[in-house]
Amino acid sequence: MKDVLTSDATLVRDYIKGDEASLSLLISRHQQRIYSFVYSKVYDKDITEDIFQDTFIKVIRTLKRGGYNEEGKFLPWVMRIAHNLVIDHFRKNKRMPKFDNSGDFNIFSVLSDGDLNAEKQIIKEQVETDVRRLIEELPDDQKDVLVMRIYKDMSFKEIALKTDVSINTALGRMRYALINLRKLIDKHNIILTN
Amino acid sequence: MAHIYSKKKTQQGEGNYPKKETIQFLLNYSQALSVINYKGEKFEVLLN
Repeated sequence: MKDVLTSDATLVRDYIKGDEASLSLLISRHQQRIYSFVYSKVYDKDITEDIFQDTFIKVIRTLKRGGYNEEGKFLPWVMRIAHNLVIDHFRKNKRMPKFDNSGDFNIFSVLSDGDLNAEKQIIKEQVETDVRRLIEELPDDQKDVLVMRIYKDMSFKEIALKTDVSINTALGRMRYALINLRKLIDKHNIILTN
Repeated sequence: MAHIYSKKKTQQGEGNYPKKETIQFLLNYSQALSVINYKGEKFEVLLN
C-alpha cells in the first residue's frame, strides 16, 4: 500500500510500469499547488480547470511515451508545463480578444495604467529568459561585451579596459554579438515580442 | 463578551482544488491511453 512516504520518483517509476494508482497519488499530492499556481495567474476557475487538465494530459502522455527523464524533479517539471500552458493561454487570447457585447460604455476601454498586467509580465519574463538563453550561445568574447554593455550598463571605454582590448575591438564584438543573436533568432524561429 | 460578526475565515485550501470530475477524467484518460512502439515509432491508442 502506497502512502505519503513514497517518493514522487518511485510513484513515477511505478506509473510508467503500469500502476495507475500511482498517478492518482501523484495528482492528489500535488493538485493544490498546481491548481493554486494556475489560478494565481489567470484568476478564472474555469480556465484554471482547463489548464490543470491540459497540464496532466501532457504529463500522462509524456510519461507513457517514455519522454520523461526522472531526476527527482517531478513537481518542478509539472509546474513548468502548467506555466507554459498559462503563457499559451494568454498568447491565444491576445490573438483572439474577447468581444464584450454588453453595450455599456466601459471606462477601462479608454483608461489603462502604464504597468504591465499579469499576462504581459509573464510574456516579458519569458522573452527575457529566451534572450538570456540565446546570449549563452554566443562566443565568449562577444557574450562578455554584450553582458557588460547591456546588463551591467558599462561604457565601451570601461569594457575595453576590463577586457584588455581597444575600444574598436569592443565595438566590433558588440556588433557581431548582435548580428549573431539575430541569426540565432531567425534560425530557431523565436518570436521576441511583448 | 463581544460578538464578532465578520465572515468566517475560509477553510484552508478551500477552493484551491480542481473538481472531482476533472481528476476522474484524468484517471480515466490515463487508463484508456496506451502507447505502442512500432518500428521505432510511437503510436498513441485510446481504448474506451
